Amino acid sequence: MNIDLTDTTSSQINSALVKARRAAGSPAVGMVLTLVIVTDEGNHYDALRSASQASQEHPSRILVVIKRPGRSPRDRKLARLDAEVRVGGETGTSETVLLRLHGELANHAHSVVLPLLLPDTPVVVWWPEDAPAHPNEDLLGRLAARRITDASATEDPVSTLALRAETYAPGDTDLAWTRITPWRSVLAAALDQRHAPVESAVVEGEAYNPSSELLALWLAERLRVPVARKVSAGPGLTAVRLSTGEGEVVLHRSDGSLASLSVPGQPDRHVALQRRETSELIAEELRRLDPDEAYAATVRFGAGRLGKQTIQPDERQNGSGSGPATGAPAAGRAPRTPEAEAEAAAPPRPAPPRTGPSGSPGGGAAGTPAPGPSASPGGKGESSPAPGPRQLEAARHRIPGADGGGRNTGGGSAS
Amino acid sequence: MSSSNPLRDASDRRLPRIAGPSGLVIFGVTGDLSRKKLMPAVYDLANRGLLPPGFSLVGFARRDWEDQDFCQVVHDAVKENARTPFREEVWQQLSQGFRFVPGTFDDDEAFRKLKSTINELDKARGTGGNFAFYLSVPPKFFPTVVRQLKEHGLSEGEGDSWRRAVIEKPFGHDLKSAQELNSVIHQVFRPADVFRIDHYLGKETVQNILALRFANTMFEPIWNRSYVDHVQITMAEDIGIGGRAGYYDGIGAARDVIQNHLLQLLALTAMEEPSSFDAKALVTEKLKVLKAVQLPGDLGRHTVRGQYTHGWQGGEEVLGYCEEEGISSDSRTDTYAAIKLSVDNRRWAGVPFYLRTGKRLGRRVTEIAVVFQRAPYSPFDTTDTQELGQNALVVRVQPDEGVTIRFGSKVPGTSMEIRDVTMDFAYGESFTTSSPEAYERLLLDVLLGDANLFPRHQEVEESWRILDPVEEYWDTHGKPEEYTAGTWGPRAADEMLARDGRSWRRP
Repeated sequence: MNIDLTDTTSSQINSALVKARRAAGSPAVGMVLTLVIVTDEGNHYDALRSASQASQEHPSRILVVIKRPGRSPRDRKLARLDAEVRVGGETGTSETVLLRLHGELANHAHSVVLPLLLPDTPVVVWWPEDAPAHPNEDLLGRLAARRITDASATEDPVSTLALRAETYAPGDTDLAWTRITPWRSVLAAALDQRHAPVESAVVEGEAYNPSSELLALWLAERLRVPVARKVSAGPGLTAVRLSTGEGEVVLHRSDGSLASLSVPGQPDRHVALQRRETSELIAEELRRLDPDEAYAATVRFGAGRLGKQTIQPDERQNGSGSGPATGAPAAGRAPRTPEAEAEAAAPPRPAPPRTGPSGSPGGGAAGTPAPGPSASPGGKGESSPAPGPRQLEAARHRIPGADGGGRNTGGGSAS
Repeated sequence: MSSSNPLRDASDRRLPRIAGPSGLVIFGVTGDLSRKKLMPAVYDLANRGLLPPGFSLVGFARRDWEDQDFCQVVHDAVKENARTPFREEVWQQLSQGFRFVPGTFDDDEAFRKLKSTINELDKARGTGGNFAFYLSVPPKFFPTVVRQLKEHGLSEGEGDSWRRAVIEKPFGHDLKSAQELNSVIHQVFRPADVFRIDHYLGKETVQNILALRFANTMFEPIWNRSYVDHVQITMAEDIGIGGRAGYYDGIGAARDVIQNHLLQLLALTAMEEPSSFDAKALVTEKLKVLKAVQLPGDLGRHTVRGQYTHGWQGGEEVLGYCEEEGISSDSRTDTYAAIKLSVDNRRWAGVPFYLRTGKRLGRRVTEIAVVFQRAPYSPFDTTDTQELGQNALVVRVQPDEGVTIRFGSKVPGTSMEIRDVTMDFAYGESFTTSSPEAYERLLLDVLLGDANLFPRHQEVEESWRILDPVEEYWDTHGKPEEYTAGTWGPRAADEMLARDGRSWRRP
């Protein structure tokens, strides 16, 4: 059932939703969350399609906020809300409302969204492309328990990541991080078996892939070893090599779907490592709505280290990760504080905002050059070389619009 | 070992549990269960990325097959029955680890071949000597198979590798046979390495009973004799015995269903809070409550068995039990069984638990209904509350998994009239439309060595202790009462509850 409402208000939309549900025989409301998608006219179709697929796993009320601020000063002064309510049929048990915010109203999206949230259930906000600099301070972001951004859909993924690191608040998460879950789980499973300590690591992937940055940071943070990055032709991530005393543990994927895992002393094995659709990424995001502490630790660890070719674990930065620095390039994590251990052992609970032991995450900005390919050549006191010339070269040639507005509009932008 | 893995962190909850290097050997791989449930479950696990790289599957059966023939069989089974979409690259990497060993269970040569296959897999696929043996065979073959496994040195892994045995019901047909079976298996495998599959326990809704009870505050305070009037646990099937005549005749509904599924559901419904959610703590509480279960004094009045006769079910004409192929016309096997149990502890004293199961009943449904007492005092006139029944909380196990709460509500209008309404939580609606199959969860747990959802041998034996006297009584007293196929069981079952002033829910 589709209901079109022109020049409407939130309360009219609410009554349309109730009416549509009555028409369907008032079935039990099984929706578990409200998903707010903040996007524009050009991108809403793909985003909504992914969200609708994900809602088969997590039935939700999907509110698509389409901002149309208008071009002329006259348009911008206008304020009009148009809505399209979709219930039943293809949407399954979910409800979808497309909200078109014209003119001045585009700046007041939260006033439209607030009355439409499902009572007493979590709210998730997803910015498929450009997200606000401080998702947590955004008026819409503030309503949400979970704020999903996507660094890979931005002009400059690496500096976007750096910004995410600076402005991280519990509940933030990025699809670039979601994309590497399969890689992380295979690598973790490989190290579940007995192995010699890892001494260093290499992550290979496409240029401009924030996922390879995050994977490298995660390895460096967890293993406390230097992690180098290499640019390859892709697609996405192509290989991770962990050097141990006994040889290399290699997870290699050249075709974006089937990977091979080699572990010293064991036969090579194939692992299915499919690049996933955006809908699967969103479904994974919606599975847990508590703050992702592993992401927090990784992205904070990245502050100041992003964009460098080799990530050194022992460079101390403000607000980066937990535990004292250990220069030893050995496996075995740096000893954690007893509090941290206790916290890790405690049952899941909503974590308080956790800042690094040595300062707030934002505090790192003073001593940290704005990371990213364009700024890092000036990285202070770093022994490691600046980002590869290829990266910089490519950065200059990456002109907005050349590849569809520099944005990833498709659904298949997996790692 | 994961505690020493620097890449694992308790707060990193995205990383799924992946089983370590391992393989699965299925005896009786040509059977129905194997094709319809096990093979698809293996594929679905692989597709979800939960199987270790190099996972291997070995089929053992009396067929003249090569590895590729076996591959084809699994391929067809997966295509037909898997829950997740078929992906060629997943299939490719999975099928490289498929092997087939032809032979009978007393064939030493076949077991030698099995051993060399396992060794070859350790080398080629890196399975690390970790194997689970799934005995998807009739229980009479268990002794032969486990003895052969022991004789050929397959029942124990080298070093810290593991070997596990997985067995399916029936776990015996009475206490004595169950104990014999357990001793046969425990001679070869340690009790902790034996996994008894009760696929009901792998169902999301059954696990949800524990979540409902122990993660919430609003149910537990009324979950006792002060508020609960009685509990009804039903497992009804609309099918007949199908092709299982050989197995079913002489066993009957009570042994087939009550002993395992229904008593497990009873245990989960009635047990106290476990001190933690690990296998040991769970089994302790389940055992405790099973030990507190008592049969009624007069078995004749508080148990009923029945047998379906020719009738119409859902628009189809169906045969009576004694007319089914392979059943003698004077069979006394029960196809319906209902018993009243009490749980003698402080929480449940005086609250009857009614268990019923049957074939060819009205429809297929499994549910647990906790029926509450009427309000001790009602300010409303009796005419106002004429249509008000008892409050009830119903856990629907299958199909249409979910929870229903029934309570009274005023009918709109000028007069005060109160009627029952229901409030519904549909599992499939609020969460994934495709929740994992029970076998996926259980197979993964076997490979991980997680025994939470598997009944232990003490529970099996305790269940037989409860059921044995009923079966003995039935053997010596009368015969099953007939009921027409497609109805809700024999009249005696209704009378059994009517004597207590209650009635069966129509599920």
